[in-house]
Amino acid sequence: MKDTTHTGSAVIEARNLDLTFQTGDGPVHALRDVNLTINKGDFVSFIGPSGCGKTTFLRCIAALEHPTGGTLTVNGLTPDEARMKRAYGYVFQAAGLYPWRTIAGNVKLPLEIMGFSKADQQARVDRVLDLVELSGFGGKFPWQLSGGMQQRASIARALAFDADILLMDEPFGALDEIVRDRLNEEVLKLWARTGKTIGFVTHSIPEAVYLSTKIVVMSPRPGRITDVIDSPLPKERPLDIRDSREFIEIAHRVREGLRAGHQDD
Amino acid sequence: MTRAMPVLTVLGAIFALWYLAAIWMNATWVYDQAQRAGTTVTLAQVIPQTMAQARPLLPPPHQVAAELWKGVTAQAITSKRSLVYHGYVTFRGTMMGFALGIVLGVALAMAIVRFRVMELSVMPWAIISQTIPIVALAPMILTVSNQIGIDNREVPKAIISAYLSFFPVLVSMVKGLRSPDHMQLDLLSTYGASDGQTFRKLRLPASLPYFFASLKVAIAAALIGTIVGELPTGAIEGLGARMLIGSQFGEPLIMWAALFAAAILAGGLILIVGLIERMAQARMGVPA
Repeated sequence: MKDTTHTGSAVIEARNLDLTFQTGDGPVHALRDVNLTINKGDFVSFIGPSGCGKTTFLRCIAALEHPTGGTLTVNGLTPDEARMKRAYGYVFQAAGLYPWRTIAGNVKLPLEIMGFSKADQQARVDRVLDLVELSGFGGKFPWQLSGGMQQRASIARALAFDADILLMDEPFGALDEIVRDRLNEEVLKLWARTGKTIGFVTHSIPEAVYLSTKIVVMSPRPGRITDVIDSPLPKERPLDIRDSREFIEIAHRVREGLRAGHQDD
Repeated sequence: MTRAMPVLTVLGAIFALWYLAAIWMNATWVYDQAQRAGTTVTLAQVIPQTMAQARPLLPPPHQVAAELWKGVTAQAITSKRSLVYHGYVTFRGTMMGFALGIVLGVALAMAIVRFRVMELSVMPWAIISQTIPIVALAPMILTVSNQIGIDNREVPKAIISAYLSFFPVLVSMVKGLRSPDHMQLDLLSTYGASDGQTFRKLRLPASLPYFFASLKVAIAAALIGTIVGELPTGAIEGLGARMLIGSQFGEPLIMWAALFAAAILAGGLILIVGLIERMAQARMGVPA
């Protein structure tokens, strides 16, 4: 599986990736013939209707699912090897903070498991909580925080061990529009400050276009990529960029891609 | 006061009913005595006589309270007639059975959650074990432990007590250890956590609320188990033995006093478990 030909800036590479789930109702093609290269520092969004395999693909990168065909490399390693080398932080749709731990305790969780020293743990907690603008909330318990703050804490948790890749699975799907806009801005700032490679699953077209340097449009049955759009938008993106011509044009192309995917079935 | 009112009302109703029942049940003896003496008694004469009999069918509350008070304060607490002494014997047995039940329940739950074969092999027997009446089993446990050379009653009592108290702990802990959802397990797997780490960092803390809920049931079960373990003939110590002595020697007051001593002990134990639960919750960030 090890891809020794991996060169340069490609961080994640999928070649002819297939994943079939065996279910009681017969096989389900979750992914078919997926080819994608994600370069270092990319902000890649995966968008598509439910069942298109966008989350499944992200889970494959994280070695939470295992492809049944093709090759997938993360930093030139297999996903399992990459996971053991702490290649990525994963943010789930729900914050999933442990209610019995404080916010700082939750951020410490991966550090404890990975065996960081006590002093290092505290320093890292302080740094990432500052990064997601939650300094001063370390001693609070999750129920004392709003939904948006909880999700920021879960992002801090994913950042704590300095993985180069951040995988986010509809992290703001359960939040309201206003909170979502703010968090989108913050994620962009975070991305600019840390230079991480980000994989971001969403079902919101404006969110995908606003955040991404590369938009991957997917469609279901079988889950596959129908379009890959490299965004011409500048790296610096104020919220009102969403009223600009380019933005609307990209959003239009994404929508067309989604519609084309649907006509197939 | 608003919280005490309903409790006091119910308590008042129970006492009223109790007194009425005591008059009704104990009056028979008064009428019999009068008939034998060839006199007649009016109801007004009967009622005071139902309140202070030496061997009433149903002792009224104040007689039980007096006997209880006498049992607790009238002699040295090391005396064989002291309810404090017998209560302590029962308390000690309960604690041993409770501890044994917790260890057994938690250990079995951990094995069941870890190994599927344990769920298939152990769980049905754990359930069946609870359908056998403990009063039938207790004498057997005593006989067997005697046979294998255990002379004191402490060990068989603890076993009987643990037999009842392990079950609620087992059922709750299986549920508690399985309570983390897929997402929480996936999260730990993205950190490359080992099975042991998953258990320590996630499954164990997630199961604690279930554990404490089961403790209240388990401690009551442990007390009942201990008392049942004290019942079979030959026991001379403990509240169970005291109840049996009262019943066999026609001393209802002794029986009732022991019964209430057991009830007070149970209430105290549950209160303590509740207190420990609240302290643990406070540490684990549960909103007050």
